[in-house]
Amino acid sequence: MKLGFVRMPAIELDPLQQRRWENFKSNKRGYWSFWIFLVLFVLSLFAEVIANDKPLVVSYDGSFLSPVFVSYPETRFGGDFETEADYTDPFVQELIEEKGGWMIWPLVPWSHDTINYEAATLPAPPSADNWLGTDDRGRDLLALIIYGFRISVTFGLIVTAVSTVVGVLAGAAQGYFGGWVDLFFQRIVEIWSSTPTLYVIMIISAVLTPNFWILMGLVSLFSWTGLVGVVRAEFLRARNFEYVQAARALGVSNWKIMVRHLLPNAMVATLTMLPFVLTATISLLATLDFLGFGLSDNYPSLGEIGLQGKNNLQAPWLGLTAFFTFAVMLSLLVFVFEAVRDAFDPRKTFN
Amino acid sequence: MTAGPRPALVRADHLGRVFDVSKPWLNRVLEGEDRKLLHAVTDVSFEIAPNEVYALVGESGSGKSTIGKMIVGLLQPTAGDIAIGESPRTGRSTRLQMIFQSPFASMNPRWRVRDIIAETIADPSIDRGARAGELLEKVGLSAEDAEKFPHEFSGGQRQRIAVARALAADPDFIVCDEPTSALDVSVQAQVLNLMRDLQEELALSYLFISHDLAVVRYMADRIGVLYLGRLVEDAPRDALFAEPLHPYTRMLLEAAPRLDAFGREAPPPQGEIPDPIDPPSGCAFHPRCPLANRRCKTEAPRTLALENRCVACHAVEEGRSA
Repeated sequence: MKLGFVRMPAIELDPLQQRRWENFKSNKRGYWSFWIFLVLFVLSLFAEVIANDKPLVVSYDGSFLSPVFVSYPETRFGGDFETEADYTDPFVQELIEEKGGWMIWPLVPWSHDTINYEAATLPAPPSADNWLGTDDRGRDLLALIIYGFRISVTFGLIVTAVSTVVGVLAGAAQGYFGGWVDLFFQRIVEIWSSTPTLYVIMIISAVLTPNFWILMGLVSLFSWTGLVGVVRAEFLRARNFEYVQAARALGVSNWKIMVRHLLPNAMVATLTMLPFVLTATISLLATLDFLGFGLSDNYPSLGEIGLQGKNNLQAPWLGLTAFFTFAVMLSLLVFVFEAVRDAFDPRKTFN
Repeated sequence: MTAGPRPALVRADHLGRVFDVSKPWLNRVLEGEDRKLLHAVTDVSFEIAPNEVYALVGESGSGKSTIGKMIVGLLQPTAGDIAIGESPRTGRSTRLQMIFQSPFASMNPRWRVRDIIAETIADPSIDRGARAGELLEKVGLSAEDAEKFPHEFSGGQRQRIAVARALAADPDFIVCDEPTSALDVSVQAQVLNLMRDLQEELALSYLFISHDLAVVRYMADRIGVLYLGRLVEDAPRDALFAEPLHPYTRMLLEAAPRLDAFGREAPPPQGEIPDPIDPPSGCAFHPRCPLANRRCKTEAPRTLALENRCVACHAVEEGRSA
C-alpha cells in the first residue's frame, strides 16, 4: 500500500515511514483489529440507516419517499395528524398498503429511543423482535449498542484530539523554553493533574445537565495533562541537539524550530501515550454514565446499559451485552495501538 | 583596540559571560556554600573589519566557543556589548551564520540536504531546490546531492554542506566554530581552501575559532589569543607568528608541531589551564608563566595597546620579556 501523497515541508513518506507501515502490517493481530475497528466505527457512523424505526424507502402512491432522511407528516399518507408519521403504527402501515405501497426497513427496525410497547415484561429477553432483548424501558438493546458505540468512540476520539493538541502545545512550550517557564507551568500541571477528576466532573454535571459537548469540554479540561510530561521530556532532550542549536544560530524562528525539528522527535512518544488517553476517556464516559452523572437519558449510552444490568440481575442479557461491547471495543483499540507502538519502535525488528 | 581604516563589521566591547554553576538554593543554605560562578569570558574586546578573518585561539575551556555563541546570539552576554555594523545586535539574525564543529550532529538526520540548506531561506519567491543545488555546486558538490540524506556523505562533504547552509541566507559574517577539527587532515585542507576561496569571492568576514595554530596561520588575517576567558594578545597574523609578545602565545607556538622540526624535543607546555570557577589571583597565567613575579600574582594586567596589536602582560609592560 502506498501513501506517497503525504508531503510536509520536510518530512515525506520516506523509507522510514514505509518501514513503519510494513511493521504495522506484519503484526497481524493489530492489523486486523485496525480493519475490524474501522469497519465497526464506519458502520456506526451510518447508524441511522442500520437501526431506525423509520423505513429506508417507502413506495406510496407511485412515489418513493425516504423517511429516514425526510420527515413526512401522517397526513402525507392520508392520516389525521400533522405530526410525523409513525411507521410502526399498524394504522399507518395499513394506509400505505391500501395504496399498493411497500416499505423497506433497516436491518434493525428500532432506533435507540424507540420503545417496544408489545413486550410482555421489561426488560424483555432476546426474541425475534429484539435480537438482543430490550432494556428496562423497552428500548432495543442492539440499537442502543450501535448508537452507544458511536457516541463512545466519537467522544473518545474528540477528547483525545483536543487533549493531544493542548498537551503537545503545553509540553512543547515548557520543554523548549525551559527555565522559569518550565518550573512554573510544571507546578500548575502537577496541581491540575492531581485534582480528583471524577468528583469535579460529577459536581459540575450535577449542576449543569451535561450534553455531549459540555461533557467533552469537562473531560478535555482534565485529560490534556497526560501528554505534557512526555512531550516536555522529548523537547528538553532534543533542544540541546546540535542541529537544533545550529538552526537557532542560523536565525530560524523558535516556532519553526519547534515544528520542524523537535515535534517529529516527540511524535513517537506521543503516539505511545495516545491509546491510554483514548481508552481512559472511553472508560471515563462509561463510568460517568454508570454512576448516572454522564450524558442525559436521551443519549444512548453503554455505561447506562451496564447500570441497568447491575439493577436487573434477572436479565443477564443487559450486563453481558454491555460487557462484551466494552471488551470488544477496548481490546480492538489496545491491539491496534500496540501494533502502532511497535511499528514506531526503532529497536524492534520485523521480518 | 586598534581602529582599522574601515569601520568594523563586528565589534565586541568588554564582552563578559558568567555561568552560574552553583548548587540549588536549598542545598547552598543547608551546606553553607556560596554561589559558584564560572567566568567563561571576561572583558574581551575586539573588532572584525569587513572581509577580514579574525581567529580566536586558545586551549580547551578558554572561552572561544562561548564568544562565538554570544556573537551569533545563542548566548546572551552578561557584560559588555556586541555591535553588528552600526547597530547593536538584537536577537538572532540570518545576516550572521555559523558553521559548527561536528558535521555529524549539526544536521537533522531526517531531512534531505535540500531542506537543510534551504532552511534559512525565508523568501517564498526563491526556488529552494534550485538555490540548494546552486550552493552545493559552489561548495564543490553536485546539485543532485540535494535529494540525499546527510548520512550518505562523509565528514568533509557534510562540512561542505554546512558551508552551503551558512551561505544560503547571503550572510556577510560567519562564525566558524572549529569547523575542521572533526575532519581528517587531508580533508581539513580541502575544506579550509574552500572557505578561504569563498571568503575572497563573496567578501565575507569570518570569526574563526580554533585551537590549531597551523589552521589559524593559514586562515586568519588577525589573531586573538584567549587564556581563561581573557584576551591576552591580539595581533595581525604575521606579527604574532614572527614576534609573539605574551608568554602564553610563545608557549603555544613552541608547543605547536612543526614539520621542519620533526624529531625535535619540544618542551611540553607547563601545567594545565586552571579552574575557571576559582581562577588564580592577579594574572590568570602566572602559575604557568616563566616570567611571573610578585606583581603578576597580585595584580591583573591591563591591556597594552601597541602600534598595531595589543597584549595584556606585566612582563611586556616592564620590558622583562625580551
